[in-house]
Amino acid sequence: MSTTLRLPKAVEDALLSVNPSTSRRNFLKSSGALVLSCSISAVPGGNVLAQVAGEGPYPDPDYLQLDTWIVIHPDNTATFFVGKTDGGQGTGTAFRQMMCDELDIAYDTTSLVMGSTDTTPDQGGSGGSDGIERDGWPMRRVAAEARRVLLDLASEHLETPVAELTVSDATISAGADTAKSVTYSELVGGQRFDIALTGNNINATRGMADVKPVNELRVVGQSIQRYDIPAKVDGSLTWAVDVKLPGMVHARNVRPPVAGAMLRSIDESSVAEMPGFVRVISRGNYVAVICEREEQAINAARQLQADWAPPSEAPFPASDELFDYMRSVTPMSSHEADSQGDPDAALATADRVIEADYEVPIQGHTAIGPAHALADFSGGQLTIYSNDMKSYGLRNGVAQFLDLPREQVRVVYMDGPQVYGRTAADDAGFEAAFLAHELGRPVRVQWMRDEETAWDTKGPAYTFKLRGGLDADGKVIALDYDARALDYNHLGYNVPDTVLIAQLMGIRPESPAEGRAATPASKYAIPNRRLTAHVVSLPMIWETPLRTGNLRDPNGPQVTLAFESFIDELAAEAEADPVEFRLDMLTRSPEDDLFRRARSLAAVRAAADAYGWDTRPSPNPRIAATAGPILPGRGIAYTYRSGTIAATIAEVEVNRETGRVWVKRLVCAHDCGLVINPGGLRQTVECAMLHGVSRALWEELQFDNEKVTSVDWTSHPSLRHSDTPESIDVVIVNGDPKPDRPDLPPYGAGEGGHKPMIAAIANAIHDATGVRLRRPPFRRERVLAALKAYT
Amino acid sequence: MSIVTLRVNGATHEVDIDESTPLLYVLRNDLRLQGPRFGCGLAQCGACTVIVDGVATRSCVLPASQVSGEISTLEGLSSDGQLDPLQQAWIDEQVPQCGYCQNGQIMTAKALLDRNPNPSDAEIREGMEGALCRCMTYYRIQKAIKRVVTE
Repeated sequence: MSTTLRLPKAVEDALLSVNPSTSRRNFLKSSGALVLSCSISAVPGGNVLAQVAGEGPYPDPDYLQLDTWIVIHPDNTATFFVGKTDGGQGTGTAFRQMMCDELDIAYDTTSLVMGSTDTTPDQGGSGGSDGIERDGWPMRRVAAEARRVLLDLASEHLETPVAELTVSDATISAGADTAKSVTYSELVGGQRFDIALTGNNINATRGMADVKPVNELRVVGQSIQRYDIPAKVDGSLTWAVDVKLPGMVHARNVRPPVAGAMLRSIDESSVAEMPGFVRVISRGNYVAVICEREEQAINAARQLQADWAPPSEAPFPASDELFDYMRSVTPMSSHEADSQGDPDAALATADRVIEADYEVPIQGHTAIGPAHALADFSGGQLTIYSNDMKSYGLRNGVAQFLDLPREQVRVVYMDGPQVYGRTAADDAGFEAAFLAHELGRPVRVQWMRDEETAWDTKGPAYTFKLRGGLDADGKVIALDYDARALDYNHLGYNVPDTVLIAQLMGIRPESPAEGRAATPASKYAIPNRRLTAHVVSLPMIWETPLRTGNLRDPNGPQVTLAFESFIDELAAEAEADPVEFRLDMLTRSPEDDLFRRARSLAAVRAAADAYGWDTRPSPNPRIAATAGPILPGRGIAYTYRSGTIAATIAEVEVNRETGRVWVKRLVCAHDCGLVINPGGLRQTVECAMLHGVSRALWEELQFDNEKVTSVDWTSHPSLRHSDTPESIDVVIVNGDPKPDRPDLPPYGAGEGGHKPMIAAIANAIHDATGVRLRRPPFRRERVLAALKAYT
Repeated sequence: MSIVTLRVNGATHEVDIDESTPLLYVLRNDLRLQGPRFGCGLAQCGACTVIVDGVATRSCVLPASQVSGEISTLEGLSSDGQLDPLQQAWIDEQVPQCGYCQNGQIMTAKALLDRNPNPSDAEIREGMEGALCRCMTYYRIQKAIKRVVTE
């Protein structure tokens, strides 16, 4: 049977012997042990043969084989193979910890391979902060299954029932007799497990073993340092940007000078005599220049003369007019979520009604390292070296795009600049693949700074209108939430028609993306409410620099800014303390299966306690008595992202003479259930908060009605060292009603700390100044103008 | 094309390049150094930073042919497997997230501390201001620098 199993080549390489004649059973026979009692047929539904399909050197690693996930080496170490990627938030370290615990092996004797399509099973790469929350489960279960199999083998080997065996650091012992022990490597080192798993999708993958209860986890819960950091600080790590191949050339794109421009002609003679020139490749409105050396390609792409016909009508309104436009157009789609009661009637009879509009501009990923990839098409096989966090989707999309069998395409995932969702890393992967396919030489593409800032995928702009009603006791009795999101051409997954190069070539979806307009995530009791959200479009849908792509909790920061600001406005109207006001609404709400009510209450209280919150309404009553330019204030915002709860308090200093906002102190109470690595969690949440501070204070894409004008770090500023808070506290909360339960799950942690940040800062600015800012970023000129208008 | 001689991390190299070629591409593509990286090509972000005669320098805009001094890159900070105290502090504080910009952060900090071994918090912020990080590891970078200063 082993001869038919298809294992990733990397796994085969890792095994000492790929010869079926030396499979474990024969090994055990030769070592005198009995034939193992467990077999493939013992696992219901474990038909590994059915998974073998396809032609070509890069078939899909079969997730229903234990060998695909775990290799035990002859030196009693192990390698884990998982289909995720780690953009530097420590998930790789966390995956290892989880698998070590289930396998009972010391962390330091393991390694982890991630995210390369021919090497690791397709867990979708990364996204949605669900690596630990969702994809960690099959990892834990397969490691538990490996332990079970090893115990069975040891039972035969030591002639001792499994129940009498103990496991420690990859060594299995029979009771107190220390001489009677066997290591994992003695049982399977360099050998296949040959064990089939079950599960009708990869998330359901399991063997016969169950995972350990939480109280038996030893590696989980430790602040183990990230394994990837040393090579990132001594310069020894090879990144996707660093790969060099024989015969490799460099490409740079030439983008349309204005959005929607049609390429009429290219004057290749304008660059043909330049040093190192190789070729201009174009199709449709996609143009790239290829040269032998990188700086030659940069120069040639700048110098290339091309004739472009501008579009007959403006592709979009200028950024200054964007919100008016969004409010005026007919939505493409609308939906209502989580509404209840009769908000119109309740608003009509409310003691006080307030209303507010909020706006959030387009914000980009704007990676510190512009999008890049290296593609090698040789011998009919395509390899793409990329940091695309969705490496599997890149592979599937490119195979379709170039009409190649999937099994002839692979993506080798490597480290790269930060990825909080669907970035232009995907675009660059397609571009490199196309150019390498055309040229027949390995082609490395990297975008330039202006290209990255202008053409990278964007987080959608939003407009909001909120109305709320208070009763005579200052309780919220009604809420009407209406949002519009500019989310109509959204970078997809597994498909080629939403990447920029395809759209520039005229390859597009048949209809615009469904898009998404989101409603708030809170557990507040609001008896009468209507939550409506609409997707709106711009005149130009395709091949636009304003295309969207998931950006770190794709709609959350925008929606939470509006909703949690408005809750603060209602609290101020009720002359209630913002924390007390929230706790009161949470207390009256129902529980759900994720215990978000109980955990929300715990998080809000923990944030207030850690901060030292003094109970009083906002704004700060001492504003008028404050001498000097600095006005201090504090604000809270709370939300959840899937199962993760975050309550964040920002303390700000607003300089009323310059308009500068300094976020001086941050406290985040964060409940993501079972914590795999507390240190790693704190670091991730800290950076997630500061990314939110950057979006709150600086980030905004600006454009005129034909092109993006935010093109570098001057025209598109980002947070800097001088903006760094004086102190940041991440308070790890476990607000589960049964905090010690053995099945406490982990929830995602990549986005929860990011989501409420803009709102907390807006609320703090209001507390400091009495002025409500409803449109980030809160740059000096905007703050100063609002302060002047108020006084 | 012309022959340009560079002294990098204590070794001498001769490369045959166009005189206008920025140092960054020579370091990365001819000398195969992986510390300095392309971030903006505009001397705005710091990812490409190297130290030339003690001064933190943006290699993405500096023609290699104009460099006559001693160039240090991230790879040159450690010697005989011994990390520079800054690199060790970066590990101890678990500074990097993605790590792409950290070459510029470490090299900028190195030049800062070589110039001023005991900077105040304000001097650290000011000295590091031009080094951008999109993962927003600024808080830990500043902690790591302070760790080196106090140790």
